[in-house]
Amino acid sequence: MITVGIDIGGKDVKVVLLNDGKVIARTKAVGGFEQGKVAEDLLEKAAKTADVSREEIERVGVTGSGKKYGPPHDVDITEIGAAVKGAAFLIPSARTVIDSGAEDSRGIKVENGAAKDFATNDKCAAGAGAFCESMARALELTLEEFGKISLTSGKPVPINAQCAVFAESEVVSLINSKTPKEDIAKAVNDALAERVVAMVKRVGVEKDVVVVGGLARNVGYLDALKRGFKTDVLVPEYPEYVGALGAALAATGQ
Amino acid sequence: MTVKASVTAETQEEKKELWRWEEARWTNPNIDWRKGDIISAGIDVGSVSTQCVIMVDGELYAYGNLRSGSGSEDSAWRGANRALEGTEMTVDDWDYCVGTGYGRVLIPMSRRAITEIACHGRGANWMYGSSIRTILDMGGQDCKVIRIDEKGKILNFAMNDKCAAGAGRGMEVFADFVGIGITDVGNRSFDIDEEPKPVSSTCVIFAKSEASGLLREGWDVNMVLAAYSSATAHRVVELMELVGLEQQLAITGGIAKNRGVSERIEKEIGMKFSAKSWHNPEYVKQNVPFDTQIAGAAGAAVFAKALAEKEKGK
Repeated sequence: MITVGIDIGGKDVKVVLLNDGKVIARTKAVGGFEQGKVAEDLLEKAAKTADVSREEIERVGVTGSGKKYGPPHDVDITEIGAAVKGAAFLIPSARTVIDSGAEDSRGIKVENGAAKDFATNDKCAAGAGAFCESMARALELTLEEFGKISLTSGKPVPINAQCAVFAESEVVSLINSKTPKEDIAKAVNDALAERVVAMVKRVGVEKDVVVVGGLARNVGYLDALKRGFKTDVLVPEYPEYVGALGAALAATGQ
Repeated sequence: MTVKASVTAETQEEKKELWRWEEARWTNPNIDWRKGDIISAGIDVGSVSTQCVIMVDGELYAYGNLRSGSGSEDSAWRGANRALEGTEMTVDDWDYCVGTGYGRVLIPMSRRAITEIACHGRGANWMYGSSIRTILDMGGQDCKVIRIDEKGKILNFAMNDKCAAGAGRGMEVFADFVGIGITDVGNRSFDIDEEPKPVSSTCVIFAKSEASGLLREGWDVNMVLAAYSSATAHRVVELMELVGLEQQLAITGGIAKNRGVSERIEKEIGMKFSAKSWHNPEYVKQNVPFDTQIAGAAGAAVFAKALAEKEKGK
């Protein structure tokens, strides 16, 4: 059975095509003002990549903060449900799932492949991807580069601001005062991880800890999480597609 | 990735600086500072804006208000030079200078640093008169509610400096996001048919996402501005209630110039802010331009005058 999962997130739209438990295509793009249209286009593109026709796609699952803008669907699953489904499918030993998206950050406790408890940052962007994304932009680095460079820092500078808006101003001042990029990047990743660690600890941290969502592409953040939890964290190969995969799995009806 | 980066740089260059508000300076043409006994100055280096107020024997002589630069020292110099423009006065002519604001300890020409809370209390008392008991100062990176006595002395205060919601920087980011010049936000937010529900997100980052959802649903941009302004107002009222409100009320800072927020605050608390004008009738008569952003620097200059008098044994 071929199903599709569409995850309309705070920033990107992700699409995963699934055929009998195997991912046959992945596509993503920035959602912008036309998330619905972007989702349709991505679906088209994914079908083309996998060489299947739209008719062959039996069921559609949607998730994400913008799921109401998505195309017609059969199944609608919460972001927490989708993250857990996707993560547990890829890494069955997952007991704690950290979903680090552009605007949302969640710590989810998993039992028997389902969410048991969770904590989320629904009021403030300080613990979400948007926090380091704007800083990476200020440093003219991609998220991946931002993560890598932060690992080379010997002397992180303190970032006092908690708010993402204020922290960006602070980073701009640090850039102006010629603070090395790697030190700024490390400070930002540490500050971000510190908030996420505190949040996830509210639900309890149990191994294995799996990090999903686009922010899992930032190795500096992952490193800071490891230090914060004092345990290793696992990351699936395509962490940003885990929610979409979860929606595609949910669409199979299992 | 490189291609993407250059595209972003180009679009940013073409984009207008919608967050930019009007800088200002003014000199009193009726005062000959050389005949003055005490020249006092106050410099308020904030995270977003910097002001310098110069007084001659306690009378307003000149002020400058501009955007802060990259460092506090540089901002202080630019603020001082803006106020001094065309006066033939230099900082060496100052008897005493007090520094305040976020960068107060880094102001080279100041001889003493006094907190912005104390300076705002004193400044609002000087600008709006001794009947002011509660000040709402909406700064660039913080929002303060200050209770003062008839002399402008601090009785109590509450402050939010952790979050951009309710701060000027947050408003700048939002104005830039919806593509409306920041000085137009207030009027546009009232150019609507019906007052919408406030946006539900507190965080500016989330409010931007919520706003794009509303625009996508076909909301008029003025309606979105109204929804954001009333959310900001609500956030500030929560802080005001922490301290308790006693009349008269004054509003200072950059957002004081945004009626979209200030009038919505008035509506929610059921009280009016004191008119945004000088208490001193002479200043009104002389048409001295009133600037809600200079309160902190004015308070610092008032403190500086007292310190200079003490020094001169008066």
